[in-house]
Amino acid sequence: MSSVRVLVGTKKGAFILTSDGKRKKWDVSGPHFAGWEIYHLKGSPADPDRLYASQSSGWFGQIIQRSSDGGKTWETPGGEKMPEGFGPPAGVSNKFAYDTSPETGKPLTTHQWFDGTQHPWEFKRVWHLEPSLTDPDTAYAGVEDAGLFRTTDGGRSWHEVAGLRGHGTGAQWSPGAGGLCLHTILFDPTNADRLYVAISAAGVFRTDDGGTTWKPINRGLKSPYLPEPTPEIGFCVHRLALHPSRPNVVFMQLHQGGGVFRSDNAGDQWVEVNGNLPTDFGFPIDVHAHEAETIYAVPMDPMVRVPPEGKLRVYRSRAGGNDWEPLAKGLPQEDCFVNVLRDAMSVDSLDKCGVYFGTTGGQVYCSADSGDTWAPIVRDLPSVMSVEVQTLL
Amino acid sequence: MIRIVLPYHLRILAHVGAEVQLEVEGPATRNALLDALEDRYPMLSGTIRDHNTGQRRPLLRFYACELDLSHEPPDTPLPEAVVSGAEPFFIIGAIAGG
Repeated sequence: MSSVRVLVGTKKGAFILTSDGKRKKWDVSGPHFAGWEIYHLKGSPADPDRLYASQSSGWFGQIIQRSSDGGKTWETPGGEKMPEGFGPPAGVSNKFAYDTSPETGKPLTTHQWFDGTQHPWEFKRVWHLEPSLTDPDTAYAGVEDAGLFRTTDGGRSWHEVAGLRGHGTGAQWSPGAGGLCLHTILFDPTNADRLYVAISAAGVFRTDDGGTTWKPINRGLKSPYLPEPTPEIGFCVHRLALHPSRPNVVFMQLHQGGGVFRSDNAGDQWVEVNGNLPTDFGFPIDVHAHEAETIYAVPMDPMVRVPPEGKLRVYRSRAGGNDWEPLAKGLPQEDCFVNVLRDAMSVDSLDKCGVYFGTTGGQVYCSADSGDTWAPIVRDLPSVMSVEVQTLL
Repeated sequence: MIRIVLPYHLRILAHVGAEVQLEVEGPATRNALLDALEDRYPMLSGTIRDHNTGQRRPLLRFYACELDLSHEPPDTPLPEAVVSGAEPFFIIGAIAGG
């Protein structure tokens, strides 16, 4: 029988929530890595028991954790003592060193700071981990200050995909309020050479040659807070999503002044599809597992970043945008002032698609009927930073 | 044998108790001690000294013998009482945050 495993990253550790296909009764495991910030954890599509987790701390920096048994036990790859002269060097799984070598592109050591001056590129943390669709030992990491790293040895070592920062606009990237972070990595399941990444506050970038060369794809986006009407970069993209059956159709939640956008040509041109959404601000966006034109967003008050009128509502469009319906059954409709962060929404692929999201108030909600009704799985976790769902067959 | 007292989160990460004991080859300096610590517990690499700069992480401090050694040059010899094991070398996390 099918089951689901929900991987929850919080400000005080990771939690794993499991249920059968009915998604009514849940087992809660955790906290794993108690006391550490878990920006993201995600399972390998090629081996669901292989999980990667980004564990970080303002005191102690970045740690990468890996599980080979679905999260029951964890290890720091490379953290084990290696016999002398054998294997790769130990303890490098948390080393993210920017590639500034001339061989791999232009050495790039500074980016634009808030005051317009150049500021050193400094690694701070891993925001997002995206395991390969085909190889459990290969995964990408999106980091702050913005960069893309790849491991091909199960997280033991990480190497920058340097063409992204070196493609030409990198020195003009500047941080959003949350930092200069690469937070979204999307694969095209039909084209192994194509990746999309999104950076706050630089925009969306695409490679069509496996990461060697990149280009900004931000045409059509709107940002009234930028001086130029149509700059090449500078957009505070919050999240991207696509359906694997139509990888050229990409959906986006952009900062306020922009809202929800879609592209039907792999990001070459974007069109705003806010329609009747109550606000243009939100963080996550996701796509139904079986309906490529059914998408979900969680609009927030753009000024205070809480649900409008204190009513927590997911909005669903069955038309790929423009025409939205509020989904409120089972969600708090008064005095609710939580946020839903960009990596904190996910869907399962059971027959009746499940939709999940976590809040900064520590609730994780599940809808087992594509958003029609909702129920909390847990109510009192630490502030939720990420939610990923694995459908286990 | 040099004694090191680790902060809570690093004990969890290294799967050890509050105090670990290490032998240091050659002159017993702070860097030599931290090198030995990371050699014995590789998962601690980068958590005390930044991987890329080698510098002490800003929210960590080094104390021993009722002294703050955080700003001592990293190759300064450790106090004799630390080298002999009479006093531990403390790695302290700043008390901050929520």
